[in-house]
Amino acid sequence: MNAPGIPAGRFIGKRMPRKEDPRLLTGRGQFVDDIALPGMLHCAFARTPIARGKIVSIDTSAAREVPGVHMIYTAEDFADQTVRMRGFFVEQEVPVRTPPLCEGRIAHVGEPFAMVVADTRHIAEDACSLIELEYEEEDPVITMAQARTGAPVHPSMADNMAGMTGVDEIGAELQAKLDKSAFVIEEHVVHQRVAQSPMETRGIVATRDGPEEFTLYITCQSPHLVARWVTLTLDIPDMSIKVIAKDVGGSFGLKNNPWREETAVMIAALKFGRPLKWIEDRYEYFIGANQAREQEMTLKLGFDTEGHMTCGHGDYDNNNGAFPHGPGDNLAVHLFMWPAYKMPDYGFVTRGCYTNTPGQAAYRGPWQMESLIREAALDRAARRLNIEPYEIRRRNLITAADQPATTGMGIMVDDITPHECMEMLLEKFDVAAFRKEQAAARKEGRYLGLGIATYIEPTAVSGIMSSMTGEFAQVRIDPTGRVTASLSTHSQGHGTATTMAQVIADRIGVRYEDVTVFEGDNSTGAFGPGAAGSRQGVIAGGAAFTASDMLVEKVKAIAAHMLNANAESITIDDGVIHVAGAPEMSMPLRELAEVAHGHPARLPEGMVSGLEAQYRYQGLPMVMTSAAHLCVVEVSAETGFVEIKRWMSAEDCGTVINPAVVEGQIAGGLAQGIGCVLLEEIAFDARGNPTAATYKDYLLPTISDVPEFEFHHRNTPSKSTGGMRGVGEGGAIIGPPTLCNAIIDALTPFGELAIDLPFSPTKLLGFIEGRDLSGGH
Amino acid sequence: MSDHDIAMTINGRRHSGTVESRISLSDFLRGDAGYTGVHVGCEHGVCGACTVMVDGRAVRSCLMLAVQADGADVVTVEGLAAPDGTLHPVQQAFRDEHALQCGFCTPGFVMTLAALTQGGARPSEEELVGALSGNLCRCTGYQGIKRACRRLSGSNMADAGEHA
Repeated sequence: MNAPGIPAGRFIGKRMPRKEDPRLLTGRGQFVDDIALPGMLHCAFARTPIARGKIVSIDTSAAREVPGVHMIYTAEDFADQTVRMRGFFVEQEVPVRTPPLCEGRIAHVGEPFAMVVADTRHIAEDACSLIELEYEEEDPVITMAQARTGAPVHPSMADNMAGMTGVDEIGAELQAKLDKSAFVIEEHVVHQRVAQSPMETRGIVATRDGPEEFTLYITCQSPHLVARWVTLTLDIPDMSIKVIAKDVGGSFGLKNNPWREETAVMIAALKFGRPLKWIEDRYEYFIGANQAREQEMTLKLGFDTEGHMTCGHGDYDNNNGAFPHGPGDNLAVHLFMWPAYKMPDYGFVTRGCYTNTPGQAAYRGPWQMESLIREAALDRAARRLNIEPYEIRRRNLITAADQPATTGMGIMVDDITPHECMEMLLEKFDVAAFRKEQAAARKEGRYLGLGIATYIEPTAVSGIMSSMTGEFAQVRIDPTGRVTASLSTHSQGHGTATTMAQVIADRIGVRYEDVTVFEGDNSTGAFGPGAAGSRQGVIAGGAAFTASDMLVEKVKAIAAHMLNANAESITIDDGVIHVAGAPEMSMPLRELAEVAHGHPARLPEGMVSGLEAQYRYQGLPMVMTSAAHLCVVEVSAETGFVEIKRWMSAEDCGTVINPAVVEGQIAGGLAQGIGCVLLEEIAFDARGNPTAATYKDYLLPTISDVPEFEFHHRNTPSKSTGGMRGVGEGGAIIGPPTLCNAIIDALTPFGELAIDLPFSPTKLLGFIEGRDLSGGH
Repeated sequence: MSDHDIAMTINGRRHSGTVESRISLSDFLRGDAGYTGVHVGCEHGVCGACTVMVDGRAVRSCLMLAVQADGADVVTVEGLAAPDGTLHPVQQAFRDEHALQCGFCTPGFVMTLAALTQGGARPSEEELVGALSGNLCRCTGYQGIKRACRRLSGSNMADAGEHA
């Protein structure tokens, strides 16, 4: 379980109860809508009803007459405020002018074009409904196909291309290799647009406390990153900025950075001088918040007669919407297409386009699309060769014996275990027995399917992309003997106050109950990008390891001095200092802490008083996490419904600090993956109107849609301090290919099912019956 | 908009107020009475985060008007634990089984189960899970919530004595 040199954990590796839970279970969490400040007013937005056009006029006169309305802002009221909009990679401004309020060009349905400030949210909404918008509507560009030929969404740009990497055409050499292959599999995947759907919507309370201080309560992924973002975006370097986000109700990439509405509230708070609150309602969320995915990809894979890959080419398109957090978001898919596999030659192109739809944001598992199409294509190759899915992977995966290996994209791997994870599952699941069961079931008209998928994922990226840097831990032993720590971490459900406390208690030798971790406020800890890229447990865990060890060194030096003993003979256990061979000399840590803080004369000569240590761990450029998953489904030929009958996971995330937290991350990601495959869809009509605006239309997985998962852990320590590997996104990446492969396998008696998500009952039944049942949609 | 004087018992304490007829019970509980453990996740009655008990029954407080609760006995998630801080059996089961991550949906799940297990009732695991089909959680994949249901169900009599 533990990395070499790390003693068997006192708390590391244990299912410790979470520090966050007592307040959350008793209704005493502090989410942004729970903040109420004296004199606080409430904001609501009037939003555009068309996807594309020009604003002719905005008439706010009737709205201003509503009692309780204090102010109505439109874009011209913000003209004197600098706004240099940027996404998660905060150093760069986005290339598309992204105003907080629509400036005249309407680029999607749901754009905020006016903001009302009123005594209550109800009054603000009443007033919004009285604002008259006159506009000239134009034909919108909604789909990626329309974007290729349609008029630019942003008139300042020549076309709708938001970003492109790779080369448009397959090179002659690669084409020749494809042509020479024994056979070529061509896989095409249509991935629908989805909504990240944190249960807490976006929201902010902003208050200018005098001319030099600005305090924000905002639901986000890192208070530190938000503070940096606000300074740069609003160009207010002379203001002191405090950002507080104690509890956040999920994010999954959406709240990486503030966006248009939050910025409008900030600017209004600076101008108006009273605390302002905006809490997004769920309807606004569905029509106005940034979204994710909406991708199409074609993958061509060449194989030799034995099923070894010879070469490949990927062609990928992404619908970025009108105002994406980063036009390059989701464009990096090809980078992690093959590092787990022996792929001799790979060419690719990726394109992102602007359309008259809400912009895209990050979403958990950006490597999902490439895993989906790769794993589906491998299964099709296996069927072509009449071999098992695991067999085609055995022939192509990089095994322990192959490492270190450098993949086609220049990524070096030396400790990945996808092959070993898959073999771990095959020891526990009898594929041959399943095939017999499947054959017997088919005779009865029941369609069972088996899905297997493998992958590796780059986690804990540090030092190679601007915002993704090291993590910080300051650990203190208070005069009472209690341990407190301030970290750069931030939890939106990740439980970092728990896992970091486990590391600290374990390394110092105090009770878990005696450790408190503070986070959730940029005045505590130091800069960190927060939860993004499965990084906090790995890098902040490493920082907590080292800071704790540094603090123990100081404790030992003081104890040796006080007790006239060798520092090497000192140990700390359960909050008590012991000297080897001299049990009578044991003393509580509190006693030493009192001396360290209050009696400097009793410290070793030259030692500064106090009992703190801090460390920033830069981490490795990236740490690889491996996994294999397996699931069994039954697809009803009567209804098209998919029942997931079994799901097994074998994940290698190195040192596991808390298995319950790790399994929680995997399970949550898998549930989102299941939602992607079976249920969720953000769609638009031809005029760009969203067709899902409530949870009645946008189907999230419920408790009856998600099976109970079986978890198996491989624990290959990484080279990162503590040996952890990131685990936040893996389930969302590997869930869809595992489930899609099982559904396709189940329905092979009806042919080769192409991936066009979501696999709704209507679509699957249409495939089974060989006719279109969609009713014209 | 007409104003109405209302009064109700919330977590054993008397609360009165004057509300517009359009004010939802969830807004009254959060804003007027200060019970911010009532979480508003969708205001369409779908996600279940705002579930409270009204006269002993689990109710979506976003779909009920405050004036409709005039005279009622309301319990929110703040009213479950004992005064000394001892968690309610449903809360304890959630903690033991790691049934929450971000905690935003949690009060709704807890109140739904608390309503069904009142007075020592031990519904089957199937009944408890079935009742939660109207509560959405985006973080956990429902694994710990299902385990908590098992622990609270009649099929698990090992700790039946914990239910008063």
